Amino acid sequence: MIRMILKWGALAALVGMALYLILALYAQQEFVFAMLFLVLTASAVFVFVNKKLYAHRYIFPAVAGMGVFVIFPLMYTVGIGFTNYSASNLLSFEQVKDNLLDRTYQSDSVRYNYELYNTDAGYVIYLEGKHQDLVSAPLALDGSDASAPALPASEKPAGDPLSIRDIIQLRSELSEVELLTEDGRELSMASLRAFAAINAQFTLHDNGSITDNQTDVTYFPDHDTGFYRSADGQTLSPGWTVNIGWDNYLKVVSDPSIRGPFFEIFVWTLSFAVATVVFTLALGLLLANLLQWDQIRGKGFYRTMLILPYAVPAFISILVFKGLFNQNFGEINLVLEGLFGIRPDWFSDPALARTMILIVNTWLGYPYMMLLCMGLLQAIPRDLYEASAMDGAGPVNNLFNVTLPLIIKPLMPLLIASFAFNFNNFVLIALLTGGAPDIIGASTPAGTTDLLVSYTYRIAFQDSGQNFGLAAAIATAIFLVVGALSLINLKLSKVKV
Amino acid sequence: MAMVEPRSTKYRVLASHLGMLGFIVIILFPLLMVISISFRSGNFASGSLLPENPSLEHWYLALGIPYTGEDGTVTQPPFPVLLWLWNSIKIAVISSVMILALSTTSAYAFARMRFAGKGFVLKSMLIFQMFPPVLSLVALYALFDQIGNHVSWLGLNTHGAVIVASLGGMALHIWTIKGYFDSIDRSLEEAAIVDGATTWQAFRYILLPLSVPILVVVFILAFIMTIMEYPMASVLLVDTDKLTLAVGAQQYLYEQNYLWGDFAAAAVLSGLPITLIFLYCQKWIVGGLTAGGVKG
Repeated sequence: MIRMILKWGALAALVGMALYLILALYAQQEFVFAMLFLVLTASAVFVFVNKKLYAHRYIFPAVAGMGVFVIFPLMYTVGIGFTNYSASNLLSFEQVKDNLLDRTYQSDSVRYNYELYNTDAGYVIYLEGKHQDLVSAPLALDGSDASAPALPASEKPAGDPLSIRDIIQLRSELSEVELLTEDGRELSMASLRAFAAINAQFTLHDNGSITDNQTDVTYFPDHDTGFYRSADGQTLSPGWTVNIGWDNYLKVVSDPSIRGPFFEIFVWTLSFAVATVVFTLALGLLLANLLQWDQIRGKGFYRTMLILPYAVPAFISILVFKGLFNQNFGEINLVLEGLFGIRPDWFSDPALARTMILIVNTWLGYPYMMLLCMGLLQAIPRDLYEASAMDGAGPVNNLFNVTLPLIIKPLMPLLIASFAFNFNNFVLIALLTGGAPDIIGASTPAGTTDLLVSYTYRIAFQDSGQNFGLAAAIATAIFLVVGALSLINLKLSKVKV
Repeated sequence: MAMVEPRSTKYRVLASHLGMLGFIVIILFPLLMVISISFRSGNFASGSLLPENPSLEHWYLALGIPYTGEDGTVTQPPFPVLLWLWNSIKIAVISSVMILALSTTSAYAFARMRFAGKGFVLKSMLIFQMFPPVLSLVALYALFDQIGNHVSWLGLNTHGAVIVASLGGMALHIWTIKGYFDSIDRSLEEAAIVDGATTWQAFRYILLPLSVPILVVVFILAFIMTIMEYPMASVLLVDTDKLTLAVGAQQYLYEQNYLWGDFAAAAVLSGLPITLIFLYCQKWIVGGLTAGGVKG
């Protein structure tokens, strides 16, 4: 009985918390996120209440985790790809409207020169108007006064006004002061010598347009581009996020300053992934063959030494290489200079930078291939090699006619997985070169060593441009590539469930 | 033992030994170099592999102790390495425990129960685990931004967010554990259930104690993977004292502020334990990785 109460109580508490989150998100008009958590909560309750779904209770947390942190972000990213979501179009339309309507400016017509007096009751601001002078209530000017009334006055307070030097010292406190006049105007400090009325910058009309009170220009909301736009094409920032259909994709194809870098990076990404798989496989297979050889002693020692690059955390070894390859004081260039008298520009020459990346990635990746091959080689019957030796076959013949044909089938899915992993090897690029050297003439941040993933990351998170929409469109293209690869992989590896 | 031996075998064995030793020297060069650099004084010093004037300057700084040079100048540690290491370990331990708990229960259901959509879910998991989280970072950022407005310990710049986000990558571990469960005879559990045990009891008291080895492997695997996770933590964490080691370490090597020597000491200090754990557990780890299928 107590167990029952505890169980239902816990469930009720969790659902209550979830509902609070959903309502709060809904109230903020974050419908997508409110929906996500609504679906999540509803399915959780459904699975845990329904007796028939007992087995699903076990898998629910894992499936939910995957849903929220892998599949939902994936779909959300695809969605962003069809919008102009970016640093300049970050907010929703309502938020942009509120932001603009909250803006104020200081009037040029309602303006008072002022003097500041330090009286017994506190500081007093005396405003000299054209028709009517005003005097403020006493102020502390220690940052605590927010607003104070300013009443009509006919004569100045007793004593001498403070000098401009004192006013400069009190400048930041004074700038926080708002004075309210009897006719409802708000005055604030406009300069060291003047207070002026604060007016709303924009007035909203019934048809949704807004007029700039300072310049009298009217702006209409343009829901195709996500900006308020005037008749002569001026736009106000910030803009809001709107759906722009396939424009991001068209931009990749048609805009030369994006198309050029995109295709260069695409080709490099492909070659990088293929070259990595080939190099690591060749090296790994060679070493695995040597380690399988009966005549070789000290296998344990070799094995441990050879997998060391795999055991060191990648983020550390990549940074180590970054330092070792440093053009000016890196040890690799010191050695090369000592031996051959050359100092290659590893980070500023595109071809050398790519070579360096391949060297580092081969170093990082060959132990994995070696371990895989060692496992597969053990499964090959030894008498096959006896037979081939009888026929006079050398090691090369053995490799191409016995070993490779036998291991290529189980190896294929792992090679594809390795290809997909390296196709998206973000950490290597981010930590080693950051994409440098840059491609000249690109309008988005793009480098000659950037892979598509790091290119996407830089478009989204680097520099002022932060073009999430474009980044998401490219990400969607990569999703398709990865999805296709993993489907092929699933077919090849004949997964049994 | 091979029966047919070409005459040249002796030389080939010798050549193989020499080749492999040479290769190992090249492969270990970067690692030995870093250890050597961590004992050189100054951040731009060059020299031989064995430092002529070994100095513990960088090690003091890496351990968070201000270093007083011979001329009396005091250098403050540039970055809180130990704090970063602690952050990494804290995040990795909590996520690994959660990943282990959740993937074990799921794997149990996948291995032992029949239910609607089992094959579909398992296969989708294999497919979706290949999508790199880097590409959905904008969405993940927005997601945690929204959650953080209402649940502050899960928002941006919290360790809670990084821990929770790591729960997306459980598919690999579920497959590994499921494979192990499949290899255990189910007759013991069936006998227990016949004797009146519930499914949960059969799982908890019979299958789990039998599976301790694979649970250890998965825990270590998850631990290492979380420690090395870079993209997600780099976007979610901002403050210097919140960073994980993977994100913080690169700050040593900015062009403007190039602290090569300090980095070397910090790298050895933080990389060594992880490397040793990995080497110690390599057999199981490799088995787990090849069974689950993916890693670069």
